[in-house]
Parts: sequence; C-alpha cells; structure tokens
Amino acid sequence: MQTKIEINGSTVTAYLSGEIDHHSAASIRQAIDESIISRKPQRLIIDFKDVSFMDSSGIGLVMGRYRLLENTGCKMAIVNLSPHAYRVMQLAGMEKLAVLKKKAKEVTNNESA
Amino acid sequence: MKALNTVKIQLESRSVNEGYARVAVSSFASQLDPTVEEINDIKTAVSEAVTNCIVHAYKNGVGKIYISVSILENSVLEIKIRDRGCGIEDVKKAMEPLFTTGGEDRAGLGFSVMESFTDKLRVRSKQGVGTTVTLYKRIRGRASLV
Repeated sequence: MQTKIEINGSTVTAYLSGEIDHHSAASIRQAIDESIISRKPQRLIIDFKDVSFMDSSGIGLVMGRYRLLENTGCKMAIVNLSPHAYRVMQLAGMEKLAVLKKKAKEVTNNESA
Repeated sequence: MKALNTVKIQLESRSVNEGYARVAVSSFASQLDPTVEEINDIKTAVSEAVTNCIVHAYKNGVGKIYISVSILENSVLEIKIRDRGCGIEDVKKAMEPLFTTGGEDRAGLGFSVMESFTDKLRVRSKQGVGTTVTLYKRIRGRASLV
C-alpha cells in the first residue's frame, strides 16, 4: 500500500493502491492530509484505480477528508472506483458529498465544460 | 442446518491480521466456486466484523478473535466471528447506520455493509463477555452467470 500524491497547480491528486481497510487507512489519511494542509488545494481528486479491495474504512477515509475540506471551498472528487468500491461508497450516500466518477476523464471533462 | 465442511481460525486482534482473516475465509469459500463479486462481498463483510473486534471489542489491548467458517447445505456459507471483548451495550443502536463510537474516521457503517453484502446477519453480545457475529451467504457461484 502506497499513496502517490501529485500536485498540479491548485489540484491535488492522491493515487491510492492496494487494499484499503482499517489497518492501511491511517497511512493513506496521513499522506493525503499532509498535502491538503501544505498545499491548500482548490480541488482534491482521490483516484481508486489501483485499489484491489475496500471496506467501510474507505468511506471513513473519504468522509473524514470531506469534513476537513468542508469550509475551505476545496471540491473533492472520487474517481476510478471499481464496481465493488462503488457499491460500498453508495451505501454511505457518498454521491451526495462528493463527485463520484467511475472514470477519471469524466472529472476532467466536467471541469473544462 | 448440518455443516458439510468447517474450518476454525484463531487470530490476535492486531489490525495487520484484517487482511489475513478476509483472505482465509474467502479462500475456504472458493470450493463453492464463487463469482468475483461474491468473493468481494465475503471479504468485505469479514473485514468489517474483524475490524469491529479490533477497534471496539478489544479497544484497550490485544485479544483473541475466533472465526469458524462452515459450508452448509444448498451452498450456504456460515461465518461466525467471535470475541471475548467488552461486548456491545446496545446492539440495536450499534447496528444503526452511521452510529459509531470509533472516532472521526470511522463511518459507522460496519454492520450496514455486513447486512447488505450477506443474506443474513445475527449479532449476539453480552457486556463483559463478548460478541458473536454470524453471517450467512448463499453462494450462487460462477455457474449462475452462464
């Protein structure tokens, strides 16, 4: 499990990989939060493309970041969810909190529109 | 219902064992030839139950988690996850979506996930004695996809 952070202007993208559970969530959270605090981005994209497993810890992770960003004006998008991860996210009504996209390019398209 | 095959696993409540627990259970279930989706459902439900043991039951230390997995008739998988931890004060409340005592980054959806990814969920708990979560899932298998 490694979290790769990419910074592009005012956008921070976190590429998650491997299994997201209660055990791994702490280090992912730390990596994302460090970049949010130091960069104060306008947009946070969390990319799940290389995530092979996710339980409700993934929901906690996204909800926690949402709360952190709530009053900063930073928008959050969750991209490249597997069908399974999408089902888990939907249980939490996550689509009401963040933009959920199955493909990363949908976010980019919306931005330019 | 009679068990056709059973395995028992005992592990310490260390978070690093969450991955082992879900893989062990899903690996045993593989003899029912589950679909990828069914494997993910099993892994996720087990992960939630084991995490509960670690985060809640044994919140002040390390204890033993006992997992018993059986194959029942009609390809029903029965997964029992038991701890001898603190027990749940109010099971009904603990099962409410979004209710959590686990702090800010826990979503409070463990039981909701277990419920939606299995066919039946039973929770027995006694304060100071421990908790047993029993999950049932009928495995339709890859043959059902054809």
